[in-house]
Amino acid sequence: MEEILEKAKKIQEKFSPFITIAEKVEFGKGKLSGIAISVKDNICTKNMRTTAGSKILENYVPPFDATVVEKCKREGAFIIGKTAMDEFGFGTFSTNCAFSIPKNPYDLKRSCGGSSGGAACLAAVADFPHIAIAESTGGSISCPASFCGVVGLTPTYGRVSRWGLIDYANSLDKIGCIGKTVEDVALLLSVIAGPDDFDSTVLNLPKEDFTRYLIEDVKNVRIGVPKEYFEVDEKIAKIVWDGIKILESNGASYEEISLPSTKYALYSYYIIAMAEASTNLAKFCGMRYGLELELKGNFDEYFSKVRGIGFGEEAKRRIILGTFARMAGFRDAYYLKALKVRTKIIQEFKQAFKKFDVLIAPTMPIVAPKFEEIEKLEPIEQYMMDVLTVAPNLAGIPHISIPCGFLNGLPVGMHIMADHLQEGKVLRVAYTFEKVKK
Amino acid sequence: MEIKEETLKHVAKIARLSLSEEEVEKFKNQLNQVLEAFKKIDEVDTSNLEPSFHPIEIKNVLREDEEKKWEWDPLANTKLKEEKYFKGPKIV
Repeated sequence: MEEILEKAKKIQEKFSPFITIAEKVEFGKGKLSGIAISVKDNICTKNMRTTAGSKILENYVPPFDATVVEKCKREGAFIIGKTAMDEFGFGTFSTNCAFSIPKNPYDLKRSCGGSSGGAACLAAVADFPHIAIAESTGGSISCPASFCGVVGLTPTYGRVSRWGLIDYANSLDKIGCIGKTVEDVALLLSVIAGPDDFDSTVLNLPKEDFTRYLIEDVKNVRIGVPKEYFEVDEKIAKIVWDGIKILESNGASYEEISLPSTKYALYSYYIIAMAEASTNLAKFCGMRYGLELELKGNFDEYFSKVRGIGFGEEAKRRIILGTFARMAGFRDAYYLKALKVRTKIIQEFKQAFKKFDVLIAPTMPIVAPKFEEIEKLEPIEQYMMDVLTVAPNLAGIPHISIPCGFLNGLPVGMHIMADHLQEGKVLRVAYTFEKVKK
Repeated sequence: MEIKEETLKHVAKIARLSLSEEEVEKFKNQLNQVLEAFKKIDEVDTSNLEPSFHPIEIKNVLREDEEKKWEWDPLANTKLKEEKYFKGPKIV
């Protein structure tokens, strides 16, 4: 059993997916017995350091487990470690990291995607049974799953308890799963989903076994293909179209549709996410836990200094922009307007799902970029990379990114989205695709 | 709307965030690029729409107010403490 830790350390030397690796292997009995579960580092693990990728939480050791972690342990899982991420989830490439920057399994000079980059990287390279607990606010599960060629499932908002998650944006955050196969993510979702006394936003639904949706059959499945999502590199568009044709040849039907508000989703998302983030980050102030300095000066001076030292650049930008968007005089023009645009985007999805079981699109407009290319991007150019993943996240609908093909040796992901609580449809289509593609 | 240096420093102050002069200089341009892009949402007609604070309808959840055992040491993650209390900076 201890050999798992040796393997993890070897993986760490080459790909750096971890921030912390467990010290000993402890399996119990249950559905996850024998499976190593990694946990994104913004999710609390009892007695195991949890940093959210930030210097301000460098030495934070939670005295409790997040609900999802506790549920996994109850099913016999062993928590192998904490995976690398952009600070608080603020990024698309897992390069805004206070600690390790994970490297792409297909090319070490390239990004794993973000913000759950370590989770997807480990899911791709683990040479032992492993599934990752990840988290998405605006695409942080789908993007790295696409870049690393693995399966990433983001459930409906409220399907999984967020208790013990270090919040980025409460109305957007969703804990989900990344694994090598569709079966992996369905299994883990079955364990972590469900009501929780500690999170009042979890939907009160009965326990469900999501593996029952692993059916190799897409006959009569109606696929909507939103044309706005195909305004990307034409080689990527073609790879995803080929995927849709494979599903068609197995009995599904498809139709092209338009979701005209798609182009506004990015701005609506970033305004809401930053507004919520700036309030969430207010609690990190050099007291009670996290980075502490010598108590000098009054509270304004002390808090400002700790936060100035502890937060990375992207966190600072988002605090400033989020605070600005909520300020008297600007709140209506930015924050409230963004929330109304969100309503419109949700309505468009709801309308589409009256006619279609699932929508299919490319997950990302690009394949994994090189680190040197990312360095040259301005913040707004980095945000633009989320253009395809933000809308389903804003609407809180379940979606999965599944490997669909390769471009220049790098994985391309296909995004399958369905209406609220229709994880079953997403899993069924993804599972069928995974089987028939081989 | 453009963020001028003065506005940026004011926002940083109310967000309790000390910024270096280099950061102020760098952020000023970057934030204005972002705000310029955000203007795009003005194009959407939202006159008949309510804001969505959540993506789905959230219902209020109530439960009995019962005592539950809590076994954490809330002081375990800080050096700034005295007896059973957190220590913080001066208020005045």
